Amino acid sequence: MATFILRRLVVSFFVLLAATFVVYVLVANAGDPRTALLESTDPSRDAKIAALTENLDLDTPVVPRYFGWLGGVAQCFVGQCDLGTNINGAPVTGLLSVALGSTLRLVLFATVMAILFGVIVGIVTALRQYSGLDYSTTFLAFLFFSLPAFWIAVLLKQFLAIKFNSWLSDPVIPLWLTIVLAALGGLLAMALIGGDRRQRMISLVGGAAVVAAVCVYLDVSKWFAQPGIGPVVMIVGSLAAAVGATALLSGFRYRRVLIATLITAVVGIICSFSLGWLLDISTAGTIIILAIVTLAVSGAIGALVGGVLRSQAVKACMITGFLSGALIFADRLLQAVTGYSDKVRGILIATIGSNTPNFSGDFWETTLDQLGHLLLPSIVIVLISFATYTRYTRSSMLETMNQDYVRTARAKGLTERTVVVRHAFRNAMIPVTTLMAIDFGAVIGGAVITETVFGWQGMGRLFTDALRIPDPNPVMGFFLVTGTAVVVFNMIVDILYGVLDPRIRTA
Amino acid sequence: MTTEKDQISGKPAGPVGSAPAGTPAPGGRPSEAAQGMAVVARSQGQLVRRRFLRHRAAMASIAVLFIVVVLAFSSIGFLGIPGWWKYSYDAAGTVVNRGAPTLSVVPTWLGGNGFSIGEHPFGQDDLGRDYFALTMRGTQISLLIALVVGVVSTVVGTVIGALSGYYRGMVETVLMRFTDVIITIPVLVIAAVLGQKYGNGGPFVLALVVAAVTWTSLARLVRGEFLSQREKEFVEAARALGAKPRRIIFRHILPNTVGVITVAATLSVATAILLETALSYLGFGVRAPDTSLGLLVSTYQNAFTTRPWLFWWPGLFIVAIALCVNFIGDGLRDAFDPRQNRVRA
Repeated sequence: MATFILRRLVVSFFVLLAATFVVYVLVANAGDPRTALLESTDPSRDAKIAALTENLDLDTPVVPRYFGWLGGVAQCFVGQCDLGTNINGAPVTGLLSVALGSTLRLVLFATVMAILFGVIVGIVTALRQYSGLDYSTTFLAFLFFSLPAFWIAVLLKQFLAIKFNSWLSDPVIPLWLTIVLAALGGLLAMALIGGDRRQRMISLVGGAAVVAAVCVYLDVSKWFAQPGIGPVVMIVGSLAAAVGATALLSGFRYRRVLIATLITAVVGIICSFSLGWLLDISTAGTIIILAIVTLAVSGAIGALVGGVLRSQAVKACMITGFLSGALIFADRLLQAVTGYSDKVRGILIATIGSNTPNFSGDFWETTLDQLGHLLLPSIVIVLISFATYTRYTRSSMLETMNQDYVRTARAKGLTERTVVVRHAFRNAMIPVTTLMAIDFGAVIGGAVITETVFGWQGMGRLFTDALRIPDPNPVMGFFLVTGTAVVVFNMIVDILYGVLDPRIRTA
Repeated sequence: MTTEKDQISGKPAGPVGSAPAGTPAPGGRPSEAAQGMAVVARSQGQLVRRRFLRHRAAMASIAVLFIVVVLAFSSIGFLGIPGWWKYSYDAAGTVVNRGAPTLSVVPTWLGGNGFSIGEHPFGQDDLGRDYFALTMRGTQISLLIALVVGVVSTVVGTVIGALSGYYRGMVETVLMRFTDVIITIPVLVIAAVLGQKYGNGGPFVLALVVAAVTWTSLARLVRGEFLSQREKEFVEAARALGAKPRRIIFRHILPNTVGVITVAATLSVATAILLETALSYLGFGVRAPDTSLGLLVSTYQNAFTTRPWLFWWPGLFIVAIALCVNFIGDGLRDAFDPRQNRVRA
């Protein structure tokens, strides 16, 4: 294994080296950075051109210039990167770190969301193959896959941001919307629960009734004017999380896991009522500490109560604790909406940039501000990669469910939950994991189109702006970071494959 | 669009295609036919064709795509051949009624104006150019680019993959490391850099640029197929009979990988459509005065609140084309998959 990794490392290094050379030559031939200056009528034009030529070393032929640039890059190994400067003399390393931070904030969140939704939907559609839900999801996945990012971005700006923000100033849910939402909710419930005709009708009516009731309640209680989760939903939500985590991870046959998760949920509920004041004085740091404490406490509860199924109880309790914590966090965040809305004059969902200029507020308001700016670009990214993940997970899951060992597992009388979660799901995730790793490598490059549409100053924007001039050093800096990410993550994929699938390791 | 949705969310087809009972199969024994067990012998190609023809989403997509292609190429003409549409895509005119579209499809009994095309069905842009003609021109260019990209990247990818998979050794190392280099460079980087330099050369050059970066996945795929096929007995038999490598590659192995290649080629066309529109949107692709669907969306995105039709039409055509091609690719994948038992062949 060690020699395999080492060989991969050496090969990847040379591949990357060759790729930087190719890109360097391409960019050098793409145009002259001095074009704009040559056409200007500035009296100090000649001096500026001379300075730029000197600065970017433009009199040197391309190949020696490349090695000069490479020398600067090599200094990274001793901790002093020199990636050159852009045409205005700003060092590329500084530009890159700013752009990388902003890109990671945007893309990591969106990619994690896409993976989560994509995998869940993929598994559900695989388990309900050839159902109405399966066909609708397949169609939607293909539709999302065929959407140009810039086109859907403009539509979202118009309908989700501008229309929604103006609707919030007078939040009344019209009757037709209630009916449409109720119908959709009923259909979704029917598709998810399945069963025979009678069961399906019950789920259809039940789902529709619940959604309609929620809509009417939200409308009558003026929820959108004063949003929050409220104690009842909090209690029900935490208990539901406990039951759900237990159902998913261990089933109800062995009672102690359920007892452990329920204890976790109750502790969470008690904490939310007794320690709520802690959140008012929160910063990002204290929230992280609270999250870690929550996970540690829930894990401890699971370990103490879990009995024989200790490891599953720990996992289930941690999931329960995390979800209850998320509910409390969301509740406090929603309570800050009214104050934040006044500060930004009702523009809750922003259409441009990564934060409101000159905005100041407490932790909750700045979080809301960043989330409001993240929402639309994230949706665009999620829509497009969601499609890939669903299709991939679905086909992988279908293939696994048809394997002999799954039939064996069923034949020896295991519950369907055990078969799906422990036997099929784990193995179906192997190809999906590699897709994730490749995706993470690719997202470092930023979503070029999404960043352009939403005026987000990230990696993609840095690259396209520099390429238009063309300004060689920022383009090369961009490529150095993205290329390294792609190579590193490709290598991680190879290693992961070996770890997850022992058959490959021995080969 | 609705037709496709209906198509795929409809009831699954029952087991179809088994021969009518009693018909003696070619070479079959009559006793089997009498028991209703007659099986018609079909070649691999026939099986694939039958499965594909029964894939309803793919069939609907082919119909829609065919209509789009015929509409785009016949309406405003192509290569100097005049079309039946009265306006040209580059002739400015007087803007009528703020350039609003005159197309009407809502029938009178629903309170609409009945079906009529009117003077400018898709409206006019700010210079008074007919937007139907502009959209058709954009569709032509986007389709052409996608087609050229599909053909070129498939040929290049297949050849490189086949050579490295068949010969292995030094040839494989060199070709695959070269592929790695191209894969490492993000698609948009190389396409944009080349597009910046050669984008003025017209859509054909742009297509070659896009093809230069999209062949890599196919090359890897074909190499993988060749690696497994070359170890099979029929290759050994061919070699024992004295067949030259060229004959083995093209007559023996390649026909066995045609499924993988066809599917990948179809999907690469869909990728190419989206890549071209993205490049044109960023300003590295098709340039004015010529136009493409991506360029149209990019040009008029700020007109969305005032004249939304300038934004809707090209976008809808992009989505329709990409969606159709993706569905066709999916149908082909199902058709070529021997484990596929969704539709009995």
